[in-house]
Amino acid sequence: MPVPREIDVALVRDTVAELCGQADLLLPEDVRQALARSMAAEESPVGREVLARLIENADIARDEAMPMCQDCGLAVIFLDIGQDVHLVGGDLIAAVNQGVREGYERHYLRKSVCHPFTRQNTGDNTPAVVHVGIVPGDKIHLWVVPKGGGSENMSKVFLLTPAMGLKGVKERVIETVEAAGPNPCPPIILGVAVGGTFDDACRRAKRALLRELDSLNPDPEAAALEAELLELVNHTGIGPAGLGGRVTALGVFVDIRPCHIASLPLAVNVQCHAARHKEAVL
Amino acid sequence: MSHTIRLTTPLTTEVLRELRSGDRVLLSGVVYTGRDAAHKRIVEAMQAGQEPPFPLEGAAIFYVGPSPAPPGRIIGAAGPTTSYRMDAYAPYLIARGLKAMIGKGKRGEEVKAAMIQHGAVYLAAIGGAGALMARSITEAEVIAFPDLGPEAVRRLVVKDMPLFVVNDVHGGDLYQEGKAAYARA
Repeated sequence: MPVPREIDVALVRDTVAELCGQADLLLPEDVRQALARSMAAEESPVGREVLARLIENADIARDEAMPMCQDCGLAVIFLDIGQDVHLVGGDLIAAVNQGVREGYERHYLRKSVCHPFTRQNTGDNTPAVVHVGIVPGDKIHLWVVPKGGGSENMSKVFLLTPAMGLKGVKERVIETVEAAGPNPCPPIILGVAVGGTFDDACRRAKRALLRELDSLNPDPEAAALEAELLELVNHTGIGPAGLGGRVTALGVFVDIRPCHIASLPLAVNVQCHAARHKEAVL
Repeated sequence: MSHTIRLTTPLTTEVLRELRSGDRVLLSGVVYTGRDAAHKRIVEAMQAGQEPPFPLEGAAIFYVGPSPAPPGRIIGAAGPTTSYRMDAYAPYLIARGLKAMIGKGKRGEEVKAAMIQHGAVYLAAIGGAGALMARSITEAEVIAFPDLGPEAVRRLVVKDMPLFVVNDVHGGDLYQEGKAAYARA
């Protein structure tokens, strides 16, 4: 029987704090490359200008240690905890929140969390939304995903009837993109989860956004749907910043799993071009 | 063909009549910030007979909640927030002199009608380009509602802020026109 590996939650706290800064200041390399590549595909002069400005913006953010976007997001944290890990040193979720608190303060990130009715800002960007899963092994894999409000507000969940099928899924995804238009800061990235339950679909749609752009989906059915949806989304004409053009999305990530015989859940999580996520393995 | 036009606040309908949806604008002068919570307070105060925290006549409002200024900086990242959340308040302010709104995303029909009726425009900044936009801001000062933090009303001085005309005073709408030009069946 393996001896549990002890990990102090203080390490989780410090890692979260550091990744909050990295995520908001440094555009992931895959997104940067996708933006650069999309310049060639963009037919609209205004669209190309917007894409060039977004790359310039990422350079300024990196060089001047400024957040890419003033909306530094609500901190969503995914923790895949190895089943042979023994967490010591205190409450894990409290440590994650303390990491968010310290990271947002230290890196001059905007605190964007408030009470839903009074709109009183909590002042420290907590509480974070934390998703914990148990996986084999003795490590912790964690992701910090600051999620902006503009794109999150355009996300949708549908409980379709089984009769609506694949056609219904495609129609709802495109309907979501059309309704969002310029609002979620295109070019966007879509996390699309089909199957599971109401709650599970939403979580998987968010988790799908952690994938690298142009990474191959191991599920051929999902990979085919990704390619088809990307083409349909880029036919809408919405374009960069919604000002018209060919490049409306940089990528579509699809996750398919079985569901109840009565159900066909679909969740579409819309992500802006500032697709911020940083990860670490402890 | 779109044009690049330099504008300086305060703005007049006469000047704005020259703009067409799709034009590029480089905006200079004083711009006030306001988003959800500030709009609610400003309009409620005005409806109660109080003065707004800045003169509305000819004013430009930038829908932004900047990130904190790092040491030695004027302001943090300062890109636009999504504008439709201000639609409930915009017609009231346009009818009282507001001439330009800076944000991103579609506006409602009532706002578009108010822009045509009163000669105001809606200008788009590039969403998510907050670090870039900060470069065109030369002064920043909180002038109202400091308790709102990032949502406080600020008086900004901007120099050649890069914007696109989305809704002009003639009913043009770049979001509709641009999309239609590139949509494929």
